[in-house]
Amino acid sequence: MFTKDVLDKSSELRSKWEDEVRKGVAKHADQKEKWTTVSDLGIKRIYGPEDVKNLDFEKDIAYPGQFPFLRGNQPTGYRGKYWTFRMFAGMGTAVETNKRWHYLLTTGQTGLSTAFDFPTLMGYDSDSSKARGECGKCGVAIDTIEDFGDLIKGIPLDKISTSMTINPPATVLWAMYCASAELQGIPLNKISGTIQNDILKEFIAQKTLMCPPEPSVKLISDTIEFGTKYVPKWNTVSISGYHIREAGATAAQELAFTLRDGIEYVEDAINRKGLQVDQFASRLSFFFNSHIDFFEEIAKMRAARRMWAKIMRDRFGAKDPRSCWMRFHTQTAGCSLTAQQPYNNVVRTATEALAAVLGGTQSLHTNSLDEVLCLPSEHAVQIALRTQQILAEETGVANTIDPLAGSYFVESLTNEMEEKAWEYIHKIDDMGGMIKAIEKGYPQMEISDASYKFQQQIDSKEKVMIGVNKYVEEDEKIDIPLLAIDDSVEKEQLKRLASVKRRRDSRKVSQCLKDLASACKKGDNVMPYCIEAVKNYATVQEICDVYREVYGEYRDPGIF
Amino acid sequence: MMEDLSKRVLAGDIRAASRLIRNLEDQIPNTHLAMREIFTASSNSHVIGITGAPGAGKSTLTDELIATYRQDKKTIGVLAVDPTSPFSGGAILGDRIRMLRHSEDEAVFVRSLATKGSLGGLSKAVGEGIHVMEALEKEKIIVETCGVGQQEVDIINHAHTVVVVLVPGMGDEIQAIKAGLMEIADIFVINKADRDGAAKLYQELLNIVAMSKKNGSNAKNGWTIPILKVGSVLEPKEFAKSVELLRDKIEEHYKFLIESNLLAERKRRKAAAELNEALWATIFEPVLNELQDQGETEKMVDQLVAREIDPYTLAEEVAQRYMKK
Amino acid sequence: MSNRRIRILVAKPGLDGHDRGAKVLARAFRDAGFEVIYTGCHQSPEQVVSVAIQEDVDVVGLSCLSGAHKFLFPEVAKQLKEKGAEDIIVIGGGIIPEQDMPALYEAGLKEIFTPGTTLDSIVEWINTNVTARA
Repeated sequence: MFTKDVLDKSSELRSKWEDEVRKGVAKHADQKEKWTTVSDLGIKRIYGPEDVKNLDFEKDIAYPGQFPFLRGNQPTGYRGKYWTFRMFAGMGTAVETNKRWHYLLTTGQTGLSTAFDFPTLMGYDSDSSKARGECGKCGVAIDTIEDFGDLIKGIPLDKISTSMTINPPATVLWAMYCASAELQGIPLNKISGTIQNDILKEFIAQKTLMCPPEPSVKLISDTIEFGTKYVPKWNTVSISGYHIREAGATAAQELAFTLRDGIEYVEDAINRKGLQVDQFASRLSFFFNSHIDFFEEIAKMRAARRMWAKIMRDRFGAKDPRSCWMRFHTQTAGCSLTAQQPYNNVVRTATEALAAVLGGTQSLHTNSLDEVLCLPSEHAVQIALRTQQILAEETGVANTIDPLAGSYFVESLTNEMEEKAWEYIHKIDDMGGMIKAIEKGYPQMEISDASYKFQQQIDSKEKVMIGVNKYVEEDEKIDIPLLAIDDSVEKEQLKRLASVKRRRDSRKVSQCLKDLASACKKGDNVMPYCIEAVKNYATVQEICDVYREVYGEYRDPGIF
Repeated sequence: MMEDLSKRVLAGDIRAASRLIRNLEDQIPNTHLAMREIFTASSNSHVIGITGAPGAGKSTLTDELIATYRQDKKTIGVLAVDPTSPFSGGAILGDRIRMLRHSEDEAVFVRSLATKGSLGGLSKAVGEGIHVMEALEKEKIIVETCGVGQQEVDIINHAHTVVVVLVPGMGDEIQAIKAGLMEIADIFVINKADRDGAAKLYQELLNIVAMSKKNGSNAKNGWTIPILKVGSVLEPKEFAKSVELLRDKIEEHYKFLIESNLLAERKRRKAAAELNEALWATIFEPVLNELQDQGETEKMVDQLVAREIDPYTLAEEVAQRYMKK
Repeated sequence: MSNRRIRILVAKPGLDGHDRGAKVLARAFRDAGFEVIYTGCHQSPEQVVSVAIQEDVDVVGLSCLSGAHKFLFPEVAKQLKEKGAEDIIVIGGGIIPEQDMPALYEAGLKEIFTPGTTLDSIVEWINTNVTARA
């Protein structure tokens, strides 16, 4: 990227500077021996032209809207439209969550995002013995389409985009959304939103498990196919690094495993469904974590866009530029927050949000300061949302596109992220793909090692967490208002479910479930059968039990 | 107290049984007193050894084997042996995670054992653990262990039927353990047989089987070691079916052991080994410990180093002294 | 010669799959010389209790981040008692609000560890409070 003259000059000036450094260090020794990112990547004292000398401006950087989309997909950046302020919310009953949603829409939020409770996430009903004590605890409990109707009451489905964080039962919840739209007379091609629907990261990190990897990926291809044909504005998979990172992965591991998961889905949709890559690739979206190490995160997000563009063009032969766009949502890092001195979390979240914006995210959730203690209270959510609004409208960071491009450090770190991620991707390719790697326990073991190492670094104070291992307040009394989900939620939900089961036509339900089972066995797309089943009030668990019966049940093998 | 424990075990108390196994494993003094009643109550359990290299899928196979035996209402005991960390002496015993679906089934008792890095001690603990399982009247006792070192091969001597589990693509490891395996295997299982290299592994095993026909432990009795293929656990129905076949083969082998009178021979072999271990523990170890504690060992070593006397004479003297006692 | 080691069951009851903390702890316990039984995610209280008894552990360490600790932790303690195994020490960790703690101690939990606790201090607590039973 530089002429030989510039590089020569730089080298001359650098050696002078190095002399000065040696003198300086002799007087004032460095505060610590190793300077590393939170992911343990070594960082140099300074970066210069020689660190980015191999960059080719046209090939590697270019302008927004131009391959490799390093600087963003849209030529206009945030001037045309800020990122979507999308706060994840779900609590107790559908009615309660619906109230929170309406509140959020009045405060200027522009997209909705649903957190489900654990029974729903795992495909169990509120009345299952497995759900004891969990109902409505850290998200909304949905058993039937009746609950779903309460959830979206008064929300214009053709105007507001809704994201649903749901994985193994994604087909069921999406079917509820589609069926609800139809019942409201809104055509499927008008609704927009996202289902997370990323099963591979569940095996790798989050352990919301139902069926084995292979049939689980088949279900995802079903949604991709159905979306491509009938729900073209829907993002059918949100390929997620967030949970991989929260489980203790490094930034490079998050990047690599997420992209490799994406490759697996694209391959399956092409091979199993016979789709052309350009038919569906533009509906794949991504979801990253924004952790506390500022520049590392920015580099990771920039590298992610460039890598996905290359993967789509070179590996899959995509022709449509939109197929090469990596669109991603970001959430600040839950695992970076501390229970100690919880107000400090506002600062952490603001820093992480800034990194996400400078990294060019399309959509953002900022964590609330109390999330490490309980479900976020309304006031805490407001501060988190205001954090985004301040970034967008006061700080000026959205004024120009990709403001850190050309920084020796940021470009060099972006390259380094990319290199490390390719190494992992090639390794997984050699293993025969992500499903095979998961069966071997490879990504799980890598993450387990990284998280144990990090915890040891915290214990030894090699890495600092303020309030936890440095500047600790002895006998701190954590005194902030906490939101608790009342146990009455469970009782109420059980009543509702029992009432639906009484009122519905159970013959129709069992016919729908039989039809679904035979579709599963034949390898047909399950979506039309799912929609029919939920319309007839089949429950989340009844449908998931069909999957478990036909495809088998997968249990956590506990890999270290 | 100890005798109390054995009474409770004989009454079927799982807590007492798990405590007794722990006492045996930890070599708590006088635990053998409890074993007196346990041993004489020992029954007709069929002991199945499952061994193979780490990562061969033994636990998953054991889990499915439990399930098929439970269909026939058999009661099950499992001893799962996991290696101990050589550094801290601690261990993560993770085998039973693959058998958790049986944890609420009272007819199934799964117990993890750490190897503790002690030579010989493990084989003894497993042998005694089997007796405790027998006292609980478990019809099928499965001992799952990594078949790598000599220790593990010793453990397998406690089993009546030995299943050796292999997976394709393990490369040279099979060469390294081939000699040991050939001696002990009654049944070979190729696990994850959908993987590349399954055909090659099958061929290698055929060669081993042919060789063992000439000189293996089963040879003269006419048992031909079967080689079973088990597919991916991720195809649950196929997996279950092939494990049912494995169960049939195990049962066939058991029947063969009984009919050929080989079972009696294996039981004698186990009894002789246990007698040996007991003699060692009761006679030799206390003497060694006493000599050590009183500093005599050191003195004798000094004498030997100075070439004042030879070890045989010293040993003779010690023997004389203790024999009289 | 006795060489008793502390045996500890690390379990995640309920449906929450966030196992980072549980796994890190299991490794720390191993490195501290304990024998760790790890049973992974998605355990019912019945399973936890049954494994604790079959394995003759000294301690059951429960981890839960879903908010269901209020039901799950006391349930484990209760069932251990019902099976005559109340001498097995139950400890817990996860996202446990201060206000829930009295009820958990009342139910028989011996200690609750919240986010930010160091591995060393947990190991030390166990070494101090758990004597591998004679």
